[in-house]
Amino acid sequence: MMLNRRNFAVSAAAMAIALAYGPAGAAGKYDPGASDTEIKIGNTNPYSGPASAYGTIGKAIAAYWKMVNDNGGINGRKINFISLDDSYSPPKTVEQTRKLVEQERVLLDFQPLGTPTNTAIHKYMNAKKVPQLFVATGAGKWGQPKKYPWTMGWQPAYPGEAKIYASYLLNNKPDAKVAILYQNDDYGKDYLNGFIAGLGAKAKTMIVAKESYETSDPTVDPQVIKLKASGADVFFNITTPKFAAQAIRKVYDLGWQPLHFLNNVSTSVGGVLKPAGLEKSVGLITTAYLKEATDPQWANDADMKAWNAWMDKYLPGGDKSSSFNVYGYAVSATMHEVLKRAGDNLTRANIMKQAASLKGLKVPLLLPGITVDTSPTDFYPIECARLAKFDGHKWQLVGDVLCPKK
Amino acid sequence: MEFFLQQLFSGLAFGGVYACMALAVVMIYQATDHLNFAQGEMAMFSTYIAYTLISHGVPYWWTFLLAMAISFVGGVMIERIIVRPVEGTSVLNEVIVFIGLLTIFNSLAGWIWEYTIKPFPSPFPKDPLFGNTFVGTHDLGVIGVTLVVLFGVFLFFRYTPIGLAMRAAAQDPASARLVGIRVGWMLALGWGLAAAIGAVAGILVAPIVFLEPNMMGSILLYGFAGALLGGITNPAGAVFGGFAVGVLETLIGAYVSFIGSELKLTVALVLIIAVLVFRPSGLFGRVVVKRV
Repeated sequence: MMLNRRNFAVSAAAMAIALAYGPAGAAGKYDPGASDTEIKIGNTNPYSGPASAYGTIGKAIAAYWKMVNDNGGINGRKINFISLDDSYSPPKTVEQTRKLVEQERVLLDFQPLGTPTNTAIHKYMNAKKVPQLFVATGAGKWGQPKKYPWTMGWQPAYPGEAKIYASYLLNNKPDAKVAILYQNDDYGKDYLNGFIAGLGAKAKTMIVAKESYETSDPTVDPQVIKLKASGADVFFNITTPKFAAQAIRKVYDLGWQPLHFLNNVSTSVGGVLKPAGLEKSVGLITTAYLKEATDPQWANDADMKAWNAWMDKYLPGGDKSSSFNVYGYAVSATMHEVLKRAGDNLTRANIMKQAASLKGLKVPLLLPGITVDTSPTDFYPIECARLAKFDGHKWQLVGDVLCPKK
Repeated sequence: MEFFLQQLFSGLAFGGVYACMALAVVMIYQATDHLNFAQGEMAMFSTYIAYTLISHGVPYWWTFLLAMAISFVGGVMIERIIVRPVEGTSVLNEVIVFIGLLTIFNSLAGWIWEYTIKPFPSPFPKDPLFGNTFVGTHDLGVIGVTLVVLFGVFLFFRYTPIGLAMRAAAQDPASARLVGIRVGWMLALGWGLAAAIGAVAGILVAPIVFLEPNMMGSILLYGFAGALLGGITNPAGAVFGGFAVGVLETLIGAYVSFIGSELKLTVALVLIIAVLVFRPSGLFGRVVVKRV
């Protein structure tokens, strides 16, 4: 008897839920990975291997979806987030992504991390017509809606960031002599070419020296010595963390005091500036588009409070000073919004359509004034940023929001 | 002039590190007739041991000696436990064991200490000596320590009975065995010494390049180039080769514009090939004639 009553209660509750969501279940349009009760989202992240520090992002995203599910999911559907380890190795990414698409049959691949890894699955995802959404890399190539309509980035792209530095120079220091150190690969050249394009006709006269390095070089000290000898008064540092730390230290040790732009890739205080020496990092300039959790000016910010509560509940023991946790939350919130807008039409085509029609979308934890904007011809969601200067302890925001010239 | 001196000393400092690696390579080559591909990763691992000791408050120079001692024991153990069973079976077996060791040490270090870069302290003062602007004190220290280590190795082989026994075991194992030298243990000692010298290289270079599991990869490559240039059978020649490669690489990168920074590593590789083609035994190596 007791049992029956409980059964009744349960089914009554189910009825109530079904009524509340109306005829949604019946009329839903679905591609593989979506149903009345569930949305399957795939992801690859480096949980092991040399880039495993980035794995924090994957864990933060999983924690975000857990919160969403605890709050009832999206339009009544739970998120089933399947994140696999690819060790930042492109062949492994291909293997894991095929597993996600062909065995797990996910609706979409969200935030796969890394430039070489995403490059390896770029063609595959577009041939299979599975969304490769909001990828965790800043390369310029993720914004080609004509050629790759199923792939989209999220964070400001490298060429756009370089253009922001270029326009800053043109406006504030038009007679600058610029020396550039860049990694000799796609990533380095993305920045370099963006910077040259940003300077336009003045690039030839303003850039006085360029040096490249290979990731196999033990040190970039000789390159920095050469760049200093060029007499430049601006240094654009396009390097990954280890080499960034070497270059920052060498610039200081040589007594060279240029206006020092550091690419967003290597701005981690703990991972780059501390090893290089905090006192040697004073005055570095970079771009920022996310709120820093450690910045006291956001202490009473509603989004930041929500983020803190989420960290405490879903990532206890997680590092609150790591920008990866802010990043994972903000990018997931963007995906959340896209899925909400897709409603009951959970086809892959509709997901891409929604992702490509975000107008002035305010995403939690983006700096005030920075929004997510996309269109069928604009696959670069975040393009604007603010400059930030390192004061010896943390990055201080300076100036207004800057957007690269199209 | 200042630019030239900056580049020269930067090259010499790295040359010192390459020289240590070249010497470690030669030690094992003499004992086993093979290049130890895991030499770099062993040195990296020793550096992490030093890092751990320092972060537990052990004073720097004690750490330096302790890390060398631990590496020595570790090197001997690797030879006894892992290399010995495959010794003399086939070249391929030994090479595969070396490559296996390389991967194991690399992953192990990443697993224990993570892949993020770590600053490593230098025992030398931060300010340049006499206020000069062309050479950091650490760079000078690297050159100095390298020379001291090399001199120590020279004295050891030239004037101690064990050094003599090791030379005998390497040059003519059969005769050495007949006069009562325990050849197997001499080989193990060679591994121990190589590991200890590698530790010195790792500890010296870590403050310049930052400590991380892939730190020694390219440095070992330059070490190979140095060893081959100077002569893989001649420790002193290998040391000279190490310094020469360091200086050449830096100066060519700085002054030969069509090579620049992009082709520096290529220069080292071309050097290896050129030496192997024109003087297979290196500049100072002895020509080995084998009866077949």
